[in-house]
Amino acid sequence: MRDVAVVGFAQRQMEEFDGSPTCVEMLVPLFAECYEQTGWNRHDIGFWCSGSSDYLAGRSFSFVSAVDAIGVIPPINESHVEMDAAWALYEAWLKIQTGEVDTALVYGFGKASAGVLRRTLALQLDPYSMTPLWPDTVSLAGIQARTGIEAGVWDERAMAEVVNRSLTDAEKNEYAIRKGGSSVEELLARPMYADPLRKHDCSPVTDGAAAIILAADDRARSVADRPAWITGLAHNVDPISMGNRDLTRSPSTAAAVRGLDLGGVEVAELHAPFSHQELVLRTELGLADDVAINPSGGALAGNPMFTGGLIRFGEAAKKVWDGSADKVLAHATSGPALQQNLVCVMEGREKAEH
Amino acid sequence: MAKLPAAVVGVGQTHHRAKREDLSMAGLCREAMDRALLDANMTLDDIDAIVVGKAPDLFEGVMMPELYLAEALGAVGKPLLRVHTAGSVGGSTAIVAATLVQAGVHKRVLTVAFEKQSESNAMWALSVPLPFNMPVHAGAGGYFAPHVRSYIRRSGAPTHVGAIVAAKDRQNALKNPYAHLHNEGTTVESVMASQMLWDPIRYDETCPSSDGACALVIVDEDTAKASPNPAWVHGSVMRSEATSASERDQVNPQAGRDAAAALWKQAGITNPLEQIDMAEIYVPFSWFEPMWLENLGFTPEGEGWKLTESGGTAMDGILPVNCSGGVLSSNPIGASGMLRFGEAALQVRGAAGEHQVDGVRRALGHAYGGGSQFFSMWVVGAEKPTN
Amino acid sequence: MFYFLTMPRTLSAPVTVAFDYTRSTGPVVGRFLTGLRDGVLVAGRTSAGDVVVPPLEFDPGTHEATADFVEVAPVGTVTSWSWVPEPVAGQPFDRPFAFALVTLDGATRPFFHAVDVASPAQMSTGMRVRVRWAEERVGHINDIACFEPLPAGDAAATAGAAANQSAVDEDPQREPTPVTGVITPVSLDYVYAASPEESAFYSALLEGKIVGQRCPTCQKVYVPPRSACPADGVAPTELVELPDTGTLTTFCIVNVPFLGQKITPPYVSAYVLLDGADIAFLHLILDIPADEVRMGMRVKAVWKPRDEWGTTIENIDHFRPTGEPDADYDTYKHHL
Repeated sequence: MRDVAVVGFAQRQMEEFDGSPTCVEMLVPLFAECYEQTGWNRHDIGFWCSGSSDYLAGRSFSFVSAVDAIGVIPPINESHVEMDAAWALYEAWLKIQTGEVDTALVYGFGKASAGVLRRTLALQLDPYSMTPLWPDTVSLAGIQARTGIEAGVWDERAMAEVVNRSLTDAEKNEYAIRKGGSSVEELLARPMYADPLRKHDCSPVTDGAAAIILAADDRARSVADRPAWITGLAHNVDPISMGNRDLTRSPSTAAAVRGLDLGGVEVAELHAPFSHQELVLRTELGLADDVAINPSGGALAGNPMFTGGLIRFGEAAKKVWDGSADKVLAHATSGPALQQNLVCVMEGREKAEH
Repeated sequence: MAKLPAAVVGVGQTHHRAKREDLSMAGLCREAMDRALLDANMTLDDIDAIVVGKAPDLFEGVMMPELYLAEALGAVGKPLLRVHTAGSVGGSTAIVAATLVQAGVHKRVLTVAFEKQSESNAMWALSVPLPFNMPVHAGAGGYFAPHVRSYIRRSGAPTHVGAIVAAKDRQNALKNPYAHLHNEGTTVESVMASQMLWDPIRYDETCPSSDGACALVIVDEDTAKASPNPAWVHGSVMRSEATSASERDQVNPQAGRDAAAALWKQAGITNPLEQIDMAEIYVPFSWFEPMWLENLGFTPEGEGWKLTESGGTAMDGILPVNCSGGVLSSNPIGASGMLRFGEAALQVRGAAGEHQVDGVRRALGHAYGGGSQFFSMWVVGAEKPTN
Repeated sequence: MFYFLTMPRTLSAPVTVAFDYTRSTGPVVGRFLTGLRDGVLVAGRTSAGDVVVPPLEFDPGTHEATADFVEVAPVGTVTSWSWVPEPVAGQPFDRPFAFALVTLDGATRPFFHAVDVASPAQMSTGMRVRVRWAEERVGHINDIACFEPLPAGDAAATAGAAANQSAVDEDPQREPTPVTGVITPVSLDYVYAASPEESAFYSALLEGKIVGQRCPTCQKVYVPPRSACPADGVAPTELVELPDTGTLTTFCIVNVPFLGQKITPPYVSAYVLLDGADIAFLHLILDIPADEVRMGMRVKAVWKPRDEWGTTIENIDHFRPTGEPDADYDTYKHHL
């Protein structure tokens, strides 16, 4: 396999983006930031891949105008996934692995506030027996949370600890749209919302976009002192049915990391849109107690749809770039109650050989 | 480093119809998948990863349907990707699946593309009015008809060339048991006599709206040894440009020209008209055959219609085009591109049945989408590529 | 209030994306929905021995289509639940309720539906519930209105006491026609916002002006203006006011009626290249028979009465021929 690294990252997160669902005006400055970081321009990028959703935007082919933000004369080598942009990064990584290109720019965008997000997402469910009931995302997560609580796998205190740490860490994140820790006791004293979830257990509806530049071998070394080298990248999926899987576990996360070496991971950015989901992920990943989880504040501080996963890559890579960690993990999820999961290991030191 | 070899060893498709009322969405996908697996002499348990493609989710009213379909498609416990690049998606999805093998990540990949258009109405899904805008949009036909008019003006093509394409593809479809339309007796005259829908496009010059799916099994060199007739991937390209840009050539888009040039280079082809034995080209409206013949470099600009008019693209012509009946005879939008890629593979494998062209060694599969802005194409060959 | 005066928001308007989807069910989902219509719950047995409601279309182990069906009881036990404090449109109730997983007697896997109780205090895992059927059953998941708690004295109040699974047999009393299709309405409300550049364009239309924007890199004038020049990927800067005359580059005559269409066919949909602009946009051509419309025809905007104007391109009702000689092909051929 080729050595491929994350060498550029830019993001925006906001409660409500005052602009079009194409997000073109948000993408232009993001790409500019990535060019600034690498010294490259669009002509240096070999492949482009994005992630977004027509149903988030409320129209067919909502992604087609996004390429305007790139400037596409001459035309570009480009693809799109109807998934979180973390999977676009996977497709771009594959493209680099084939040797066809050496660099890629991956981006995601979404204006979740254009609709009622927790209702829109009911369209992801079984169209015959589930969607007609319009089960909202929060309710599905609530059922998962209660399953774990009543099975004794986690408790409300553990969930509150996740929230308190996340919102405390989010104070240092300029892009966080919810921030400010208090104490576990104070959080537990707040009223239930969707029993057993309190509002702070749920990620806020977030608009946003993010972009990442990948580069192989010497192309990466030429633009970054400490590229975040991808040393493991895999994903997997579970059944969607809430009744036909163990909601306290994430078999697809476990399956994704089966071939990855997680030993020595110092920082993990986990895409957990609900507090208890971080607990599920930590268990499946077998992360030691001294691993710093979501120093960015994670998805509880801001979770732009179709970008929330990709942002975890950028936040984790930054820890490698600035030398504060040698080995980091990024995770992305998609679908209800952690149905689909992608895991990436990045390292500051290159592997001796492959 | 170079791409690792990849080959198509299984092709499956549904019987395409206006409404497959006998099947659910999962059942539709599985009909194509099970046929591809049978062709490849494999089961779902042999498959390492699954790549799903389809066009807008509004068609079926399910957001990211691969999520709810994961279990029925046998994807649970495997990597699952979902590609969406508008009308070119069937081709792009096949290319992403091939990339998984070419990158050395997986050995046996199954890819499926589908559209169950009877769940809604494509004209509606593509024409939901946007506030502030002029509501003149009228589906894909309304979008492409002005550009067809531009082609006719620019090339000086006689107005019956579109009808020649439609009659040819409908006749070819009679030889394809999977095709949606089996319109006996379609002639140039009958096409010319059909209703003008989006002037200059007549009813018989338009694609149908179909329920259908297509699936491919794409494997590495080792696995391909077990196949009696693998179709090797000799080249694959994706190119995109803007829907609209100042002075953008909407008749002969640069993205298509660039993609073709890159594809021929990858596949070692210097004279495509001579070296490509047949082509499955995405022609949803008849006039796009001559337009894409030029765009792909089979003929000089302005002369694609001459190849069509001379019979050069008929089953017995110098470049048989759309022997399956093409998009004009079956159009499950999300699957239409993969059908082109799959039919090209069937031809080089000598497995196309009644619509087989003798001695096909190299074939083109082509798809485009959006406002003629997304292109995906591949060349497959009977021999393992040497480069 | 002053905030909005100094920081004007982009223009926005509501959009509803709605369609009644016509789903063909296939044999397995159809079997389940047929059961609902007939007032029974049909489960599928997997190769691993699980009894699953609704039946899985394909077996997770063998990947074969499910063919082994059993009936399970309309009574079961809550295995997990979540309170729904603020129901969204389309949910079984417009008042607070619970969504729950309910393992029906005879099934081994839980089934998802709503439970009708007044407060979360009335919900608990392990509670016994029964199906409340809808007044009219048509073969749809909403044939189950919801679950409701079993009264304490009910014979089925204890788990397992109720009828267990039984083979599905063909009851001659039942309607013989199986359910093969189901209609599932999907209606989503969005607020569609224009980009800042489009907002400037639509706002200018309110004043009867057409403004474009020039790309600082390629100098091309875009109308409507765009957030990025698609050739260069840079934000345009300079505003340019354009006349309401131009050249029709190409067109089609729409003869097709379709759902949601706002203009009655036949009509001419045409690309109009305004004088001074470098890109054409689509609009409507009237005041000339459709079969006399030509490429290169010179056209001028016909505005609606001023009191009907809004922030929309629809302020221009249509374009009409000016009567000038047609533009020479060479002047617009690079815009095709």
